[in-house]
Amino acid sequence: MTTTSAEAVPRDTEAGGTAVRRPEGAGYLTTAAATARRNLLQFFRTPQTLMMGTIQGAMFLFMFRYVFGYAISTRGGLSYVDWMVPGFLATVMVWTGMGAAAGIAEESVAGVFDRFRSLPIPRSAVMVGRSLADGVLIAWGIFTTTVIGLIIGFRPHGSATEIALAFLLMLFAGYAVSWVFIVLGLVSSSAQAAQGMGMLVMPFSFISSANVPVASMPGWMQPFAANQPVSVLINAVRSLMHGGPGVVGIGHTTAYWVGLSVVWYAGIAVVFAAVATRRFSRTR
Amino acid sequence: MSPIIEAHDLRKHYGDVHALDGLNLVAHSGHVTALLGPNGAGKTTFVNAVATLLRPTSGTLRVAGIDALAQPKQVRRIIGLAGQYASVEPTMTGTENLVMVARLFGLDAAAAKRGAAEVLEQLGLTDAGDRLVREYSGGMRRRLDLGASLVGRPQLLLLDEPTTGLDPRSRMELWDAIRGLVDSGTDVLLTTQYLEEADQLARDVVIVDHGRVIAAGTPDELKGQAGRDVIEIRPHTATDLAAVQDVLRAVGVEEPRVAADLHRVSTPVDRGATDLATVVRLLDERSLAVDDVGLRRPTLDEVFLTLTGAPIDGDAADTTSASLA
Ligand SMILES: Nc1ncnc2c1ncn2[C@@H]1O[C@H](COP(=O)(O)OP(=O)(O)O)[C@@H](O)[C@H]1O
Ligand SMILES: [Mg+2]
Repeated sequence: MTTTSAEAVPRDTEAGGTAVRRPEGAGYLTTAAATARRNLLQFFRTPQTLMMGTIQGAMFLFMFRYVFGYAISTRGGLSYVDWMVPGFLATVMVWTGMGAAAGIAEESVAGVFDRFRSLPIPRSAVMVGRSLADGVLIAWGIFTTTVIGLIIGFRPHGSATEIALAFLLMLFAGYAVSWVFIVLGLVSSSAQAAQGMGMLVMPFSFISSANVPVASMPGWMQPFAANQPVSVLINAVRSLMHGGPGVVGIGHTTAYWVGLSVVWYAGIAVVFAAVATRRFSRTR
Repeated sequence: MSPIIEAHDLRKHYGDVHALDGLNLVAHSGHVTALLGPNGAGKTTFVNAVATLLRPTSGTLRVAGIDALAQPKQVRRIIGLAGQYASVEPTMTGTENLVMVARLFGLDAAAAKRGAAEVLEQLGLTDAGDRLVREYSGGMRRRLDLGASLVGRPQLLLLDEPTTGLDPRSRMELWDAIRGLVDSGTDVLLTTQYLEEADQLARDVVIVDHGRVIAAGTPDELKGQAGRDVIEIRPHTATDLAAVQDVLRAVGVEEPRVAADLHRVSTPVDRGATDLATVVRLLDERSLAVDDVGLRRPTLDEVFLTLTGAPIDGDAADTTSASLA
């Protein structure tokens, strides 16, 4: 072990020999805020992503409401539109996440991250910034979906507090799931590959109680469909929005579904955030 | 004063691929050092090791005296990196891009703004500062990318193939910008595939191939090692190619070569100026019209050929993959 404490630090001198103070590099908050802002500008200044996302969302809501809606029985006391909109809201995170994964893979391949890695900043903060930006994008998606839902006749029956709690829960879950897609983006070798990986998450969105009741699925599929985390979240959101699981046609209490959701998504956030930040920060 | 970069027996292995294969290099402060080599030589790998983006398999690497493997964070405080591809954000303005990087370097908001404005000015981009980068030309993007690596006022600037893919005019503009930097006291390590670029910008040139240094020195020393100057002629009409080849045969020390585009003939010569005079006289006597005739220093290909005995992209591995393609 070396006994001298003379750590080599940058010589703070310029060519002329005058001492200059070299900054230490940005802290965690500055880094996360700067990178989050960058990702948000990327989204909101690209009219295609902004418009297409909204239009696609509207299209799907319209199709399900007016094409499939009459063929699907909710097996409870709810009208189809009241039943389906919470499902759409809770799965916004999957669609947003797919776009994020593709964007991350693209930047990773294009060498954008190399500049960040070469800067005197905490590297993991770059990914925290990304996840915060994704959180905002998910909030935006939930907002537009809610507006379109209201237009096509969705009316929540729960109390204001319950409804507010439903939105909070979706944001929390969305933030957690954004870490899953960050990992997918980081391990993909191209934007296309990331999109392909994202498709692997699709079953969680479709084999769930989002669009059709689980009870209408074949028996062997039901255990997965009923218990996987997206369904748990949807059940919690529906119960909150419509004043209890009974109306929705499922068992347990609202508190049970909310509690189970929190546990699931806290677990997902912890695991995938750890994987993503380690993966981004490592020096190969 | 310690060298700005000091690499000793640096190795980076990816399985069987030895991207760096015992590279030794010392770059001194106060001028541009160019890393010159063909595609796949290990240039990017070396730059990335200096930038602390990757960890060498073995060897030692010091940047301004700091052990890059032990104290990467200290190294990051004094370097600026412009990678092989421009990595500025297209949906942000030039100013926004620079301010962001300056903030990440640790400057406060006011200093970052000032720094961004200075750099834009320095690179002749002041007028474009408020426009979104997606409206920039390729050359402007590269310059802004250079600016992003500059805005933290680094002691050492790392430029990986800064002009690859640029048109000649943008290339000149970037060269001017890089020259300006050295005058202002920043050390520069750049990589390039073009001897001319190294020639224009660098005082020290290090030629790398297969992850090792095969020659180093000033551009003139290297060209000296490569030996002979070359006379090159572009006949006015393609039908004269054979006749021009005949003329060159009179002075050349090798069989004159007809270039791939079939519109240039060249040959190495021993006594440059005298041989050129002879050639011009012969062309005149035989009434051969030419668009261009000149004496030039050897190109990288030719230097390379002399030093390694193999043309730049003609080694066994590449020939195999080319024939498979
Ligand atoms: N991540 C990697 N995995 C495997 N091989 C690599 C990797 N990065 C570089 N190489 C190989 O190392 C060699 C040197 O690459 P590079 O440093 O990019 O060369 P240059 O920049 O001079 O064109 C090449 O043969 C390249 O294929
Ligand atoms: Mg390269």
